[in-house]
Amino acid sequence: MARMTHNMKVHQVVLANPTAPAAIEVDQLVKVYKQTRAVDDISFSLPRGSITGLLGGNGAGKTTTIAMIMGLVLPTSGRVQVLGHEMPNESASVLGRMNFQSPYVDMPMRLTVRQNLTVFGKLYEVKNVAKRIAELAADLDFTDLIDRTNGKLSAGQKARVALAKALINHPELLLLDEPTASLDPATADWVRAHLEQYRRDNKAAILLASHNMLEVERLCDRVIIMRRGRIEDNDTPDAIMTRYKRATLEQVFLDVARGGANGAKEATR
Amino acid sequence: MRERAPVCCHPCRRCGAKMTELVLHRGVSVRRIGAMILRHWYVLMSSWPRLLELVYWPALQVTTWGFLQLHIAQNSNFGARAGGTLLGAVILWDILFRGQLGFSISFLEEMWARNIGNLMMSPLKPIELLLSLMVMSLIRLAIGVVPMTLLALLLFQFNVYVLGLPLIGLFCNLILSSWAVGICVSGLVLRNGLGAESVAWTVIFAILPLACVYYPVGVLPVWLQYVAWALPPTYAFEGMRALLSDQTFRSDLMLEAFAINSVLLVASFWTFLALFRSSRMHGSLLSGSE
Repeated sequence: MARMTHNMKVHQVVLANPTAPAAIEVDQLVKVYKQTRAVDDISFSLPRGSITGLLGGNGAGKTTTIAMIMGLVLPTSGRVQVLGHEMPNESASVLGRMNFQSPYVDMPMRLTVRQNLTVFGKLYEVKNVAKRIAELAADLDFTDLIDRTNGKLSAGQKARVALAKALINHPELLLLDEPTASLDPATADWVRAHLEQYRRDNKAAILLASHNMLEVERLCDRVIIMRRGRIEDNDTPDAIMTRYKRATLEQVFLDVARGGANGAKEATR
Repeated sequence: MRERAPVCCHPCRRCGAKMTELVLHRGVSVRRIGAMILRHWYVLMSSWPRLLELVYWPALQVTTWGFLQLHIAQNSNFGARAGGTLLGAVILWDILFRGQLGFSISFLEEMWARNIGNLMMSPLKPIELLLSLMVMSLIRLAIGVVPMTLLALLLFQFNVYVLGLPLIGLFCNLILSSWAVGICVSGLVLRNGLGAESVAWTVIFAILPLACVYYPVGVLPVWLQYVAWALPPTYAFEGMRALLSDQTFRSDLMLEAFAINSVLLVASFWTFLALFRSSRMHGSLLSGSE
């Protein structure tokens, strides 16, 4: 019931501005690396103000999909629109309005937290960077770490600083690749709460790639399940669990990982 | 299977996108360039070994070659006539070498820090990244070469600054060449990951024998002279020898070097963008390692 109320709120956010283009529009996207079809003809849409989970095992194509949305990887075919702009051709119009966090990148270790955030604040042309850094430090509880070098932070502290970097420009679209991986349960829970609040306060869209099914169940309005580069399912978590006759997304994930969507649905009949 | 170009883009629009990337003046943000310079300034100032290294090698070079020149001058007529050409060549070579290294190392810092994905995903444009690296190469060069010239003055009474205004022409030509090489090297590292890092340290030495740093072009076989004259640094070193030996400023050499440097710089920008595009095609921006 709580989830239904929550989802209705999201739809209200989206319907509040029905003419606005979707945060992300992916159409028949394909990426081929030599002989490997990393992403195989996927299409989906991410409404503004929603959190969508991108699930899949290792090698399912999640990171490549996110990288194509960001413009870090060029698609072999298909199209990606972000906030109404064609990627990567019109990336200059949107890169300042989105941000990301990924385990594939770090922030310079020798720089202090303040220095790193100052550089990124200026890169994103944030007005009054010092004030924004102070706000983020207070929100994400790292004021006491602000003059410590990034290399001397613990994994949890680094995650909070990386999240601050991802939020520094008040992004309308946030792409998160396993944001709570390697965090202890308390810190991970804290990060999730902050993401929920950020979405609520800013009506931002979030695409979240994760292996943590509880995290996805808690945060996401929609779930896209990928396997071998293809989309196996795309619906609300409740609808997916009902369709697979499973009580948790983790069970659905295991069914899909073992037999693909068709096999999994067959098995549950 | 060969990779196809994205079907989302009409061929003409694809060309249009490339042209947009090549239009250097459009939408360039001084603030973003400043942010990148600040980022590298923080790195330099946070590490005294980095600062020391910038001064250490040039000082070692000028001391070794300075004493060699002193020895030659005391023991041969040619050496006495050659004046400060050897020391002048050492200093100008360091401008070329350190200029390229300063550019490439600043770029490598981003790869070592696994920060390149953050930058490429930010509104920073490739041209802004390259412009900031050019400024950083000047800063690193100043830290290394100014003490070197002072050491030459102190130990060997060789004052490179007496070359006056022509020195600016020599310096500009050498720094432009160093940037052209640095841009291509950065593109290679971006495309091939840190496995290509050694190119940054070694590639400039391929120019050393051909650019006639320590000897006149006439020493080379005729067919190799054509190759030498295709390299802008050759004009700078010949110009330096003309200045020190004959007290003549060869403006013709400087202008020709500027012309070749202009072509090289445009070609290097184009190469960088092509390699950047290729790295996005092959997903190497995500890995960034070997």
